[in-house]
Amino acid sequence: MPGITREEVAHLARLARLELKDEELDHFAGQLDDILGAVARVSEVADQDVPPTSHPLPLTNVMRADEVRPSLTPEQALSGAPAQEQQRFKVPQILGED
Amino acid sequence: MTVTTDLVSYEDALASYDPVMGLEVHVELGTRTKMFCGCSTALGADANAQTCPTCLGLPGSLPVVNATGVESAIKIGLALNCEIAEWCRFARKNYFYPDMPKNFQTSQYDEPIAFDGYLDVQLEDGEVFRVEIERAHMEEDTGKSTHVGGATGRIHGASHSLLDYNRAGIPLIEIVTKPIEGAGERAPEVAKAYVAELREVIKSLGVSEARMDQGQMRCDVNLSLRPNGTKEFGTRSETKNVNSLRSVERAARFEIQRHAAVLSTGGTIVQETRHFHEDDGSTTSGRIKDNAEDYRYFPEPDLVPVAPAREWVEELRAALPEMPRVRRNRLREEWGVTEHDMQSMLNAGAVDPIVATIDAGAPADQARKWWMGELARSANEQGKALDELAITPAQVARVAALVAAGDLNDKLARQVIEGVLAGEGDPDTVVEKRGLKVVSDEGALTAAVEEAIAGNQAIADKIRGGKVAAAGALVGAVMKATRGQADAARVKELILEKLGVEG
Repeated sequence: MPGITREEVAHLARLARLELKDEELDHFAGQLDDILGAVARVSEVADQDVPPTSHPLPLTNVMRADEVRPSLTPEQALSGAPAQEQQRFKVPQILGED
Repeated sequence: MTVTTDLVSYEDALASYDPVMGLEVHVELGTRTKMFCGCSTALGADANAQTCPTCLGLPGSLPVVNATGVESAIKIGLALNCEIAEWCRFARKNYFYPDMPKNFQTSQYDEPIAFDGYLDVQLEDGEVFRVEIERAHMEEDTGKSTHVGGATGRIHGASHSLLDYNRAGIPLIEIVTKPIEGAGERAPEVAKAYVAELREVIKSLGVSEARMDQGQMRCDVNLSLRPNGTKEFGTRSETKNVNSLRSVERAARFEIQRHAAVLSTGGTIVQETRHFHEDDGSTTSGRIKDNAEDYRYFPEPDLVPVAPAREWVEELRAALPEMPRVRRNRLREEWGVTEHDMQSMLNAGAVDPIVATIDAGAPADQARKWWMGELARSANEQGKALDELAITPAQVARVAALVAAGDLNDKLARQVIEGVLAGEGDPDTVVEKRGLKVVSDEGALTAAVEEAIAGNQAIADKIRGGKVAAAGALVGAVMKATRGQADAARVKELILEKLGVEG
């Protein structure tokens, strides 16, 4: 059985930019453990001869017409950004010095 | 930046090595909306004014593919003689970089919508070279980064970067060739001709304007060398974002010379991406690529498979326009011009305006004359493309019609064109405003002719004595007196008539 630790949940939460309280970390660690356990059972039955299912519904060709729909305003788009400058998303240095 | 790179001469490189190329071209489609959401693709918007939860990768948003994007991909595939997949999926190409807010690019992996095609390209001397196409697949563009705090706006040394996601999600078609072998010393020329032909094909389909100077079409040049006479491919370099036809040729040429210098001194080529520098035509090392990067591709669960109905594909095939190379050869024959002249018209971007001018009623030779003469000169002076000039093919055709009717001579026609280009109105308005009509009033012309004869008796005597060629001087005098607004041929007739000489 896979086990997911409280620390791993805290790490994932940080990556996902989610602020979790201590009791939530315990709560989600338990839930995620159950989910991972269920997924692990699938890999026990999925053999080489079973093609992976990417789409459970037999749908194809769902398309939209090429018609413009309203966008968010720049203010709305940037409202969740930790930092912004010149109406753009500000991100930390990408590469260090040469 | 000064980086000295050892090179051997192009001739020496080719004496020992055989180049193999692979070209990857990205074309931004001209759809009104993005590939997976309804945000506008119009240029010139404020930063981040064309985004939505889907192209920002916000939780819970769901993409839906643009039908016109799929249709354009199929058209491109068909024009490149590809098979069109009966069923294919999108895939997530995972990478962690701020230009994609989702942390993956929606692309296609092992199930491209089009595959196994070819494009015949014609080199300048008329030789036709077949470039095999591996695949054409659908994907999306990334956002635009601005690097702040460095000395030169480059990513190196920047303190932070700013992202505008208006471009993130704009439909892209990536077209990948199979290894191009057997071009030998003409490899750089083949690369350029391929990209040029591809651009013409894309434009003829109407799926993109394919303007390389605006990044609507971008080319990556993969190149490797192998010793002459061997089969196995050498290690390749990948020169990214080569953004003009001339640069494609120069980048291939530079890499041939650089690879040869490394290999001939016993060195090994590092598999890496390289940056092309427009100023001196060199490339410099970018990112080292050891083997295939792990993008953890997997089928995109949020987009259902695309399964183009065969009837739809056949409909699109039947509606394909005449392919540019076929059209060029047809026009060349119709116009009775040489391969070289045709090439000049093509390079000048004059073919479409000329065709439109002929369609508007002008004779072919007149249409060619104006677009390749006066208008090409103006475009050159203004640093514009021919189709950006402030004159329409219909207006050029009108000028040609006025000349044919004898209302304008060439000199006046040039002034009319000048007026139209200067925004003075359509040709008839310019004629009116500037008073440029040929003087066809016989009374006025006859008077001017008589005056010219009276003022130049010596010349008139020569003409009477049979020296018809001397009439030119009198024609000149009349033209001067009428400020160039007389029909020179009619003036000559009148002069000879007055002097009782047969023309």
